[in-house]
Amino acid sequence: MANIRTMSFDAVIVGGGGSGMRAALQLAQSGYKTAVITKVFPTRSHTVSAQGGITCAIASDDPNDQWQWHMYDTIKGSDYIGDQEAIEYMCQTGPEAIFELEHMGLPFSRTEEGRIYQRPFGGQSKDFGKGGQAARTCAAADRTGHALLHTLYQGNLKNETTFLNEWFAVDIVKNADNAVVGVVAINIETGETVYVKSKATVFATGGAGRIYASTTNAHICTGDGIGMALRAGFPVQDIEMWQFHPTGIHGAGTLVTEGCRGEGGYLINKDGERFMERYAPNAKDLAGRDVVARSMVLEILEGRGCGPDGDHVYLKLDHLGEETLNAKLPGILELSRTFAHADPVKEPIPVVPTCHYMMGGIPTNVDGQALTIDKEGNDQVIEGFYACGEAACVSVHGANRLGGNSLLDLVVFGRASGMFIEKQLREGINLKDASEADIEAAMAGLNRLNGSSDGEKASDLRTELQTIMQNYFGVFRRGDYMQEGIKKLEELRPRIENVALDDKSNAFNTSRIEALELQNLLEVAEATAITAEARTESRGAHARDDFKERDDENWLCHSVFFPAEKRVGKRGVNFTLKTREAFEPQVRTY
Amino acid sequence: MLNVSIYRYNPEVDAEPYMQDFKVDTQGKDLMVLDVLEKLKTEDPTLVFRRSCREGVCGSDGMNISGKNGLACVTPLSEAVKKNKLVVRPLPGLPVIRDLVIDMSQFYAQYEKIQPYMINNSPAPAIERLQSPEERAKLDGLYECILCACCSTACPSFWWNPDKFIGPSGLLQAYRFLADSRDTATEERLANLDDPFSVFRCHGIMNCVQVCPKGLNPTKAIGHIRNMLINSAT
Repeated sequence: MANIRTMSFDAVIVGGGGSGMRAALQLAQSGYKTAVITKVFPTRSHTVSAQGGITCAIASDDPNDQWQWHMYDTIKGSDYIGDQEAIEYMCQTGPEAIFELEHMGLPFSRTEEGRIYQRPFGGQSKDFGKGGQAARTCAAADRTGHALLHTLYQGNLKNETTFLNEWFAVDIVKNADNAVVGVVAINIETGETVYVKSKATVFATGGAGRIYASTTNAHICTGDGIGMALRAGFPVQDIEMWQFHPTGIHGAGTLVTEGCRGEGGYLINKDGERFMERYAPNAKDLAGRDVVARSMVLEILEGRGCGPDGDHVYLKLDHLGEETLNAKLPGILELSRTFAHADPVKEPIPVVPTCHYMMGGIPTNVDGQALTIDKEGNDQVIEGFYACGEAACVSVHGANRLGGNSLLDLVVFGRASGMFIEKQLREGINLKDASEADIEAAMAGLNRLNGSSDGEKASDLRTELQTIMQNYFGVFRRGDYMQEGIKKLEELRPRIENVALDDKSNAFNTSRIEALELQNLLEVAEATAITAEARTESRGAHARDDFKERDDENWLCHSVFFPAEKRVGKRGVNFTLKTREAFEPQVRTY
Repeated sequence: MLNVSIYRYNPEVDAEPYMQDFKVDTQGKDLMVLDVLEKLKTEDPTLVFRRSCREGVCGSDGMNISGKNGLACVTPLSEAVKKNKLVVRPLPGLPVIRDLVIDMSQFYAQYEKIQPYMINNSPAPAIERLQSPEERAKLDGLYECILCACCSTACPSFWWNPDKFIGPSGLLQAYRFLADSRDTATEERLANLDDPFSVFRCHGIMNCVQVCPKGLNPTKAIGHIRNMLINSAT
């Protein structure tokens, strides 16, 4: 018998980062009973680490800027598997969403005219790639994520959203119709397990960079929403597409914003050569992130890396001058001094491509409704289930995300999900109640963990998983290596499912949470591995040594991973724009 | 081997808190304090602390490190170890939930008290509200607060009156909105702070300034609020 307490809400948002709080804000303003379940206090969410800015055609830097140019850049950046309808919606709605944030108090940096300051970022152009570099990324110094996240938390306080802070969602509760009717969650402080029932369950659980050994992501980015969705039998899309950010600090993995290169910094190899001029003659250091990351790895592999082991390159900033660095990149100065022991005012920062962002996720439509694919290959809405932000794949990033587009994604689609759920609630949502057995099913994994008597340490297993992903599914990939990696993950699965939980206490038991997170990491890693091996081409962030070319004939499509059969299917990319004809795939050069 | 002494308390097991000693092989590296804690947790999974970003921006891992409040993830051993010993305790002055995890409700309640959000009831324009770079510069040193509570829990006035004195962090945020050219609720905000405790329990001890991991200066902000209160009274 599942004799646990039930808490009921109209809408429950799992995740207190940018997208979750933006969705929550919309729903709280509508007066519906809304709760945010978040495993950390909301302002500790990983959105806080976003630095350079939020890309949007607000026409501040260039009064003639157009959202259609931003749309073009994003589609090109995605290597043409971003859904054009979703990208159109994001770029067109963006300015409204940004101005709302400003009205809420977000302390953007300013221009002399008093407007929001915008800086150049990678992959940005004017006039559909023909008008040169654009400056379209709205910034609050180099702390845009922090400013955005705090502003959203403040907005939610003002609107009296209910926060279940330091609660951890364990698994999805499905009813007899396979609809989602809430989650089972643990109150970390007390250890109490509760069924949080909801008419609308929104996953805003962020990314899962911690599947890799080297990542810019916070410790908490463990793909909990993806893990839960896969365990519930729901598919994920384009999960092989992982962005490696060109500039993670060598050794520490902490992020150094692309804004450094936007402000005029550039990468050099051990000979002091500005090597991006060779790889991307036009955009140079502001080419797409996938292009820059690959170029850096090639420099290192060909013996032109820096340092005693030649295993990184340098990001040069000193020529920008101390005053500019203090004004525009103060956070980077702090991070570099702390983690690289290098003062960018005087010396370059050692950097290396580092896992940064999950382009894939739970497939959704532009309203945030989670989708599955039926036997005939048609999209089917999963009733009661929504996703937004990094956990979702709506898909605006396709095979490669442009810098500054993740913050825009989370604000625009957090907002869109909230607005759509509000409309549905007004019209009435009627889902069958979960039975005792349904709730019990969602507690199976937790019960098994709580009963564990032997098994290996979570920390050892986690390190093993991260090493496999780093070695076999990194910046460059190869079929035979990946098959070996998949085998290793298969061997790891029973060991992770049998992970030890020596500490069975209730009060703030972070061992229990870490064991549950490890199981989510495994689900994400396995889906990544199997899908990466299946996509026999190179596109965006997915670069294969054995299939070097993009293959539009077979792979101009989303991959869809079905967990029950561990099968990879395909789903069409949306090429239907409302405002103009679609952008046809072109050869992608910078 | 580095000697590490850590405050331990599990309410389900321990009648009272105690200090536990560990030895850690740092391999001569200048690790961050958080790295040491992570290392220890692999050996003793019952050790509990908060952490998230590990780069000093999320504010999760505020703790008392060899006598000084700070963030474990950006405090290197070279700054924290004295006589080959590292001592880690929870932030002082607030109830301990377990080990290094404190109950921050009182700290958050003070933050909420200052109405930490923009108030401007004039109709919003179709674009952003304009703000000059000079006006925006007034928010520098204020908006960067990460709510880690290092400052408020280092403040003797907050220890005495955590329910009535807003504390340095909350007051820094109060001034962040008072100083914002876009906010129109200055009078209302000042009226809410105008009592003997909220602001005036600050005695300028400046522990907050000494410990802030972001290099912010709450005492200065409190001085500005005092001046505004005094000016608004005359």
